[in-house]
Amino acid sequence: MSEEKKGVSRRRVLKTGAAGLVASGVAPMVFTRGAWAQEFRNNPTGAEVTLGFNVPQTGAYADEGADELRAYTLAVKHLNGEGDGGMLNTMQPGSLNGNGILGKKVAFVTGDTQTKSDAARDSARRMIERDGALIITGGSSSGVAVAVQALCQEMGIIFMAGLTHSNDTTGKDKKRCGFRHFFNAYMSGAALAPVLAAEYGTDRQAYHLTADYNWGWTQEESLINSTEAIGWQTTSAVRTPLGAGDFSQYITPVLNSGADVLILNHYGKDMVNSLTQAIQFGLKDRQANGKNIEIVVPLFSRLMAQGAGENIKGILGSTNWNWSLQDAGSQAFVKSFGAEYGFPPSQAAHTCYVQALLYADACERAGTFYPPEVIRALEGHLFDGMGNGPTEYRAEDHQCFKDVLVVRGNENPTSQFDLLEVVQEVPRAQVEYDASIFGGELGPYEVS
Amino acid sequence: MDAILIQFLNGLDKGGAYALIALGLTLVFGTLGVVNFAHGAIFMIGSFVAVAFRQLLTLERVELSETELSPWGTALEIRTPYALEWFGDFGNVLIDYSVPIAVLLAIPVMYLLGVLMERGLIKHFYKRPHAEQILVTFGLAIVLGEVARTFFGANPIPQPMPEAVRGAADIGILFGMAEHAVTYPWWRLIYFVFSLVVIGAVFAFLRFTTFGLVVRAGMSDRETVGLLGININRRFTIVFGLAAVVAGIAGVMYTPLLPPTYSLGMDFLVLSFVVVVVGGMGSLPGAVAAGFLLGILQSFAAMTEVKAIFPGIDQVIIYLVAVVILLVRPRGLFGRKGVMEN
Repeated sequence: MSEEKKGVSRRRVLKTGAAGLVASGVAPMVFTRGAWAQEFRNNPTGAEVTLGFNVPQTGAYADEGADELRAYTLAVKHLNGEGDGGMLNTMQPGSLNGNGILGKKVAFVTGDTQTKSDAARDSARRMIERDGALIITGGSSSGVAVAVQALCQEMGIIFMAGLTHSNDTTGKDKKRCGFRHFFNAYMSGAALAPVLAAEYGTDRQAYHLTADYNWGWTQEESLINSTEAIGWQTTSAVRTPLGAGDFSQYITPVLNSGADVLILNHYGKDMVNSLTQAIQFGLKDRQANGKNIEIVVPLFSRLMAQGAGENIKGILGSTNWNWSLQDAGSQAFVKSFGAEYGFPPSQAAHTCYVQALLYADACERAGTFYPPEVIRALEGHLFDGMGNGPTEYRAEDHQCFKDVLVVRGNENPTSQFDLLEVVQEVPRAQVEYDASIFGGELGPYEVS
Repeated sequence: MDAILIQFLNGLDKGGAYALIALGLTLVFGTLGVVNFAHGAIFMIGSFVAVAFRQLLTLERVELSETELSPWGTALEIRTPYALEWFGDFGNVLIDYSVPIAVLLAIPVMYLLGVLMERGLIKHFYKRPHAEQILVTFGLAIVLGEVARTFFGANPIPQPMPEAVRGAADIGILFGMAEHAVTYPWWRLIYFVFSLVVIGAVFAFLRFTTFGLVVRAGMSDRETVGLLGININRRFTIVFGLAAVVAGIAGVMYTPLLPPTYSLGMDFLVLSFVVVVVGGMGSLPGAVAAGFLLGILQSFAAMTEVKAIFPGIDQVIIYLVAVVILLVRPRGLFGRKGVMEN
């Protein structure tokens, strides 16, 4: 009898094994939400959740940044159940009902990117470390987006990019924590090329003036590929220094180059200046190869178009979104924004507003603020009712795929805001591409 | 040949702007001995005088429509410019010619601004080292830029040129070339002529007036002029105002070529200093000659044929020339011996 008591019974082994299995396997599944609550950076434990809006408040894109901030402020109001709800009423599927995010009231802090990578990283880090921001979102430059996205990946914080158009943001520099709703240079090229062929024919000589930095290079490459695919030839691709101001010395060689299309891979102040000066040199009144010389601005923005004044009339380009769209989501946003501020939102405002709502929606669907789960909720998410038709956050590269707008500078504007006329809403299928062509690795969900 | 002619013209109008800014900068350095890094900001303020004037002319009476709604559901705003209501067609002419008219407005405004800057800030740094002068004037430039951004925003504000001079002149015909072989924007040609007129006026003022004589004497030997009982400080204050006027009206006339932004001054600042250094610190003819020289070189360096041989030369040509000239002739092209040579 005593020997039996000293030994290890089969029943005891089974009991201990079962208990071990429960402890090591089943219990974490049951208590996961509680466990996450202790484990990730800036987990909101109080009644509020803080979002970090990192936008250019000074520098060349300060006006665009101000519009982004207006949109974020409006998004926060709508998330907290104030105002008319905007796109909360139109987004499909929608899990947001105006009681904050997961029942917590939404608060926000802001940072100034200054459209400088180092300043943007500093302000993002400050919002994460000092202010407890759970996500970082916003910005008006690809360089800034790539830099802040990398920082957020290191810190395990989700980054919802603002206006960034370089292929690299969701290409070679993509990160698991980074998401881009805005379209990119490849999509601009793919959307524009068929319209250019229809408007200007397939036998054209293109001359590129390109801003000499990352975004300019990727746009030039994309536009050369897409226009050569429709039969155009590239006469020359000239790099211009960022912020050159006077582009006349780069425009004058175009006159004698034999090119009959000038493609301006410029944005912001550079776009305003190069376009204005190209028009002043009479490019649009001249002919080459027996055809009228045309000018194309692949990335248009209404805010920038205001700076170019009458010079944008008749110029073709592409844009992510325009306030004149008639779908229910766009109209709801324009109505909310216009009533709040007295003028329509820009494409930068639209993309930022949508990003804020998509993040909140993903948290609701994931049932947690835990970043890896929110990322999984965003990956491959299909939604509609937020402008641009049915949209998907592609899981492979975190790039949103949706319809792209080809626009033309309005010849007969009815108001100071009616600057761009939508020529075509190019369907998503036409601008889609294989995620692997731009390389890059998303990296891990969890960060140590 | 046509490509060379057009790049040459381009260099001339570019050089005109450089020369005008550098002229004011040189006047201030030559008289007051101050290295004024806020001079580019004065050019920028001048451009915003044109903007403000046009905004004043296009002030609108806003009425709310009783029947129509805006896209966001509020009453539609119907806007009518006061200038049209009050002056009819003449109001349209005023708006159309707002840039040339703003030149007249800018003269007193910029003069006052220059005097205020000199009396309020710069004079306290006359006897300080150049490094301190650079720091304080650079700080002032940043402040002026931010003030402009606060009032006018960060986006460029387009300033249309008068309708009569929009478009391009057929210059090639004058040189026996085919029609439309060489065309050049009218406004750029006007700017070149304008810069020549202003430069000529400044030189004539300094050369043929008693005031100019005293200033030139003061530039050579300030102490001796003071011993003669002449209040040279007051005259130098006026010179600072004059330099501000030159930069300011240059800024006004440049607005149709480059829509003004708050950062315009910084864009021109470094270039202007290179022009002054290449021309010779304190030398007025040097500033003008170097302005045109560097403008022309910059223009030719951007030619496709040149860049094919020296890739990227367009972005460094000005600094390359500056390095070479300073190595060969440290006082600059027209600099006086001993002035800023070390």
